[in-house]
Amino acid sequence: MTANNTLPSGQTRIDTLEMSGITKRFPGVLANDSVDFDVKAGEVHALLGENGAGKSTLMKVLYGMYHPDEGQILLNGQPITLNSPTDAINLGIGMIHQHFMLVETLTVSENVALGLPSTRGPLTDLKRVSERILELADFYGLKIDPDAYVWQLSVGQQQRVEIIKALYRGAALLILDEPTAVLTPQEVDELFVIMRQMTEDGHGLIFISHKLHEVIEICQRVTVLRDGRMIGTRSIAATTKSDLASWMVGREVSMTRDLVPMKPGEPRLVFEEIACNSDRGTPALRGLNLEVHSGEILGLAGVSGNGQRELAEVATGLRPATRGRIILEGREITHLSPGVITDLMLSYIPEERMRDGMIRDFTVAENLILREFQKMPYSKNGFLRLKTIDSHSEGLVHAFRVKTPSIETPVKSLSGGNIQKVVLARELSRKPRAIIAAQPTRGLDIGATEYVHAQLLEQRAAGTAILLISEDLDEILAMSDRIAVIFEGQIMGIVKRGEATPEQLGLLMAGVKEESEIA
Amino acid sequence: MQNIFKQEWFSRLIDVMLPVFATLAALGVGAVMLLLLKVNPFVAYGAMFEGAFGSGNSIAETLVKATPLLLVGLGICISFRGSVINIGGEGQMIIGALLATQMGLMFTDLPGWFVIVLALLMGFVGGALWGGIAGYLKAYFGVNEILTTVMMNAIAVQLMNFLLRGPMIDPSQAQLASKIPQTARLLDAFRLPRWMPTRLHLGFLIAVVLAFLVYILLWRTTLGYRIRAVGKNPDASRYAGINVKRQIVLALLLSGAFAGLAGAIQVYGVNYRMITDGSASGFTGSAGFNGIVAALFGQLHPLGTIPASILFGALLVGANKMQRVVQVPSALVIALNGLVVVFVVSSDYWRRKRQRRRLAQARIEEDDEPDEEPGAASPAQTEVVA
Ligand SMILES: Nc1ncnc2c1ncn2[C@@H]1O[C@H](COP(=O)(O)OP(=O)(O)OP(=O)(O)O)[C@@H](O)[C@H]1O
Ligand SMILES: [Mg+2]
Repeated sequence: MTANNTLPSGQTRIDTLEMSGITKRFPGVLANDSVDFDVKAGEVHALLGENGAGKSTLMKVLYGMYHPDEGQILLNGQPITLNSPTDAINLGIGMIHQHFMLVETLTVSENVALGLPSTRGPLTDLKRVSERILELADFYGLKIDPDAYVWQLSVGQQQRVEIIKALYRGAALLILDEPTAVLTPQEVDELFVIMRQMTEDGHGLIFISHKLHEVIEICQRVTVLRDGRMIGTRSIAATTKSDLASWMVGREVSMTRDLVPMKPGEPRLVFEEIACNSDRGTPALRGLNLEVHSGEILGLAGVSGNGQRELAEVATGLRPATRGRIILEGREITHLSPGVITDLMLSYIPEERMRDGMIRDFTVAENLILREFQKMPYSKNGFLRLKTIDSHSEGLVHAFRVKTPSIETPVKSLSGGNIQKVVLARELSRKPRAIIAAQPTRGLDIGATEYVHAQLLEQRAAGTAILLISEDLDEILAMSDRIAVIFEGQIMGIVKRGEATPEQLGLLMAGVKEESEIA
Repeated sequence: MQNIFKQEWFSRLIDVMLPVFATLAALGVGAVMLLLLKVNPFVAYGAMFEGAFGSGNSIAETLVKATPLLLVGLGICISFRGSVINIGGEGQMIIGALLATQMGLMFTDLPGWFVIVLALLMGFVGGALWGGIAGYLKAYFGVNEILTTVMMNAIAVQLMNFLLRGPMIDPSQAQLASKIPQTARLLDAFRLPRWMPTRLHLGFLIAVVLAFLVYILLWRTTLGYRIRAVGKNPDASRYAGINVKRQIVLALLLSGAFAGLAGAIQVYGVNYRMITDGSASGFTGSAGFNGIVAALFGQLHPLGTIPASILFGALLVGANKMQRVVQVPSALVIALNGLVVVFVVSSDYWRRKRQRRRLAQARIEEDDEPDEEPGAASPAQTEVVA
């Protein structure tokens, strides 16, 4: 640790930051109810809580995006007022949103320089920026090429750019709001290395995640929010994963999944020699073969970007296949429109739910009928039947415990996890014949994850064919009857439940093929 | 307590009142121009108010002017909600009017009510065709609809000029040397009923009823749901099984239909014939453009567009009166209208920016949408095919 109170980046250290009595109201919602929270230099402080507990809201208050209705913030003991993120940045507070705020068509250094005054007046000083980026990157062990274009970078690399950007702007305290939700396990490890380096140098970090093992691994203290109120702060050393879980939810949570053995039925969703292109026109799937049986959960493991998204989109008619056939219940659906395939009761939970799976400006009720609004009982003769729609929505909101002031609330003002729940509720409730679920529990709290898993198992018991695409190996291992590994647009191998080990899957995911395991 | 300016309800109130402030600001700038012309702005604006609302007759005139604005505005509500920009109201009005007029000229033996209904329907159809062409070009060939609708305006004017000088010309004019480019007068039986002794006609009532129907269309029918869905998020709409291209065609088709109806009603309720001075506005009175402003004024809500078009109609009628009373050049009146348009349109832009900023604040971390928030009329939203 540095002896004086400056950080390696030259920024003054924030020894303590205290938020006390923070209250923030939204129409119909008390998002934060007199919350106390503090961070010290050199620690990672976890903020835990269920979906809609008020974590993001509290952090946006700290980052100057929301003005609290009550309460104050003390920085090194001095009260501060934050009217905008600019104020926060000037005081050394940085925030990484799960949604990266990068311009894809610009380079890394251009992104970092964006919005900052140049040392050369109206001219850019990108060379200097690049040098400084390399300096910082070197120090924190972040591998980054300042001249790379952002669109060329993986999600994990983009996140690193966000971190560099925050450090460049002099963040002494960094808020990370669900940074790991979109990362592969390897990328999470890399992020943790960076985070440890930062705390060693005297940065303070706030870490939000729904994955308790991550919290235990990286954090020193943890604060739990429930329904906007602070439940308490503890030291991590004194807690276990299941302690944390029940503390957070207020009841025991089961962390294991019982898969009642099922006799799989007929092949229901079949891919034969399917090929298609990515958005950039390069081949994404290269003659892929896969059969998902009725009453089976087939886990699709693989490093992201190996064709998972394209596979789901080809199946749902959103992306044209260049070769091969897709068969749903004996019927070829290869070149049918998304609408027809929807009506054949293929449900799809897209990975990018905010972009592909819902309409932000529509209300919760409107989004819940997105797939079925043209059908009875939601509409008749072209007229929407509002009463039916409302009672349907009320039912789903209740069943999936979507936290919303009302079903007439626009989806965009729900919390991250609750937005996810709206899509899940819609897709799982329509009695599908087959489901393609991409990262279905991303961003969900442990209670909601448990519920969604239970729903998937219920569908499985009802004979639905389920293709579960996930980067979370634990989820794949816990939920799948069989596990297929995808690599560069082809299936590398299929392993039965119980016979799969993480090591073996890891090898397959890296493209290393063994001889014996085709099931 | 904290700053009132940061409160949610306050900021929403501002949004709703914004067009009114914009109009006042425009009148403020107009006052400066009046002062430069050595006219007392109070006298001028007093005359304006008097002209628009001073008597039963002036109110009726205001409503007569408001009628085409409201009808065009309703179409704009539909297309802009679908993120399709229809600048072709002028052309659609003309085509609708031409077709409607032809009905009256052709079927002189049929009962009046029948011809009126037929004519209004044909006005609807004519505008729909004219708008639909632009919609088709946009949806299936990716041609920008702002461009096509504006060009189709020019085509419609030329078509009108050609028809009124030749095939549709009043037979009695055809014999005269003057050859005024106008059609014959419609039979008395074909006129929309009037509220005597004013010029207020049934068309206004029709427009108001249609405003309620458009409201139902947008929020109570699957068609409205589809159009709004495509307007807000084409990707998710495709996922939902909506044929995105078809909704774009429909949005422009419906939008054009209302403008076409406005044209038909203008003929059967006010002019009783078509006559051209060579320009589009000679017939439309620029309602095809001003209707857009009225709709924006009404926040793209069909019911909000009712008071908005009345207010705008009042402005038009009042400005005329003002011109007569204080003897300002007519250019000033045109400038004043232009000012209001510019102020209202840019205030809407500002409103959308404010909304976007609010959303950016409210943006939840899982959000991964690009920064373009689907503003009701944001052109960036209108690209269909990626
Ligand atoms: N801009 C907003 N307008 C209205 N309500 C909001 C807004 N932002 C958040 N809320 C509400 O405040 C509550 C807390 O939301 P917040 O985003 O802080 O939850 P969270 O703890 O981050 O949840 P998650 O784990 O799902 O991300 C939610 O009920 C949400 O509906
Ligand atoms: Mg959150």
